[in-house]
Amino acid sequence: MPIAPADAPRLLDAGDGGLVVEFGDAIDEGVNRQVIALADALDASALPGLREVVPTYRSLLVLFDPLVLSRRALRDEVLALWPPQAGAGEHKGCWRVPVIYGGEHGIDLDHVARLHGLTTQEVIDLHAGAAYRVYMIGFAPGFAYLGGLPEAIHTSRRSEPRLKTPPRSISIGGRQTAVSPPLEIPSGWHLLGQTPVRSYDPRRTGRPFLFAAGDTIRFAPVAPADYGALCRAAEAGEIVAQWEAS
Amino acid sequence: MGAHLVIERPGLFSSLQDFGRFGYQRFGISASGAMDSLSLQLANRLVGNPRDMAAIELTMLGLSATVEEGSARLALAGADMPLSINGRPAEGWRAYALAPGDRIEIGAARTGMRAYLAIAGGFAVAPTLGSLSTHSRSAIGGFEGRALRAGDRLPLQEAPAAPLLTLAPEDRPAETGPIRVVPGPQDDHFTPAGLATFLSSGYRVTEKADRMGAQLDGPAIEHADGFNIVSDGIMNGSIQVPGNGRPLVLLADRQTTGGYPKIATVIGADLWRLGQARPGDVLRFSAVTADEAEQVARAHEERLLALFARMTETPLPGTQLSSERLLAHNLVSGVCSALAPLDP
Repeated sequence: MPIAPADAPRLLDAGDGGLVVEFGDAIDEGVNRQVIALADALDASALPGLREVVPTYRSLLVLFDPLVLSRRALRDEVLALWPPQAGAGEHKGCWRVPVIYGGEHGIDLDHVARLHGLTTQEVIDLHAGAAYRVYMIGFAPGFAYLGGLPEAIHTSRRSEPRLKTPPRSISIGGRQTAVSPPLEIPSGWHLLGQTPVRSYDPRRTGRPFLFAAGDTIRFAPVAPADYGALCRAAEAGEIVAQWEAS
Repeated sequence: MGAHLVIERPGLFSSLQDFGRFGYQRFGISASGAMDSLSLQLANRLVGNPRDMAAIELTMLGLSATVEEGSARLALAGADMPLSINGRPAEGWRAYALAPGDRIEIGAARTGMRAYLAIAGGFAVAPTLGSLSTHSRSAIGGFEGRALRAGDRLPLQEAPAAPLLTLAPEDRPAETGPIRVVPGPQDDHFTPAGLATFLSSGYRVTEKADRMGAQLDGPAIEHADGFNIVSDGIMNGSIQVPGNGRPLVLLADRQTTGGYPKIATVIGADLWRLGQARPGDVLRFSAVTADEAEQVARAHEERLLALFARMTETPLPGTQLSSERLLAHNLVSGVCSALAPLDP
């Protein structure tokens, strides 16, 4: 699918081994789509000296070996690929991620509900009723930043970030929601629940990372008994998130 | 059973590091890798290794260890840490052949921050996501995903015979002068005065300096328009300036993304100096263009290759040589030129 043409990107220097391709300065799905399309196109180009690409919300960091690939040649390649075309890089389908909401699994659910004058069930229905786009994976291994949070539960970050949050937390911060990896990471976001899904698992050879930027995710509430069973299955190496092709 | 290095005293923070883990930052995996890759490469070549092989990165205080169930050829390079072998003083920047049961002891750095203990053949440890580098915060890579502990037994790979090399004192890295940076990618988020402050002031390395980054203290750098950006990718040497105006240089174990504007990026050729900077050291920065930085990168590489070529065989000490050491020496004295093809 061709992407609506955009103005030429801003190409910014990041030392002698980095080039930043900036597409805009806002969090926007169309912009993010282009970032991922360019990341995939550069990856596919197998340009000698290209080390890796790091797609984020609205810019792409391209890391390269300046002894092999000149900045000029890299800039030319980026401009030759402009505007990036979403093709194989478009991720058709949706991950259904089970979540146990509230209680010890989501200690901020009550607070978030009170803050917005909603019942906890209404917060759960809103959060689990939306489709989210993975804008980027960053901060920690497999930590997925998702856009598409319903406005009724947009919530400013906590003023005091927590130094440790439970592994596999489902949290909200500002206009975003996130899936934590199975690690106790610091976070200032509000914890709504927990998933048995391991977005990152080094023992899962061949698929250490479950989600990639561009994926779509929906959350499915599960009961405590099912959560326990899913956790055991995930511990044994199962993915436990369902992929639904569209 | 093959040779092992058995750790007795692990030092302050000793971890396996190579050039780092590339290709997974888009999944949130920090690159990690040696904080001073120049010394890592020199240590490796002293023992005849490919320059990018994983070695033990020592921080401030070295380790003590014994070679068991085999022999090992090793070299220490980087920060000036006292070294002894079986209680006898030895030197950095030269390779030694150790016999089974030999013990090395490495003390506290007199200058610099990090040294690399390279062992010929490297470690028989499986790489994680393509690299042996340790990222301890996420328990990835290295030896069990963590810094070394007393009692760890590191299995060693067998190494082909090679000469014991030395790097002359005048050839050892000792740069002074400002750290070179390329302004950007977000230098436009700072006022001209802010940029001038950054490039004209001394910044002291604080106690908050580790493998993730170095928090600097000095005159506050003025932002032009707030200090939040939409989070984007961070590279080794990115210099973030948060709201307090004090620069934070992000290094090997940095997180993959961040939301503060980056005033400048340290060039690859000078990154090793941040790996050797100690709390209290005062750093100055000077700006080069990206084109100039590309030329510096090439000159840096040529200089490094020249240093590899200038390594000489260590003169044999007159006394107390085991037959194994003599054998090792005789086996390898003719293969010096065979080292060149090892260069990647």
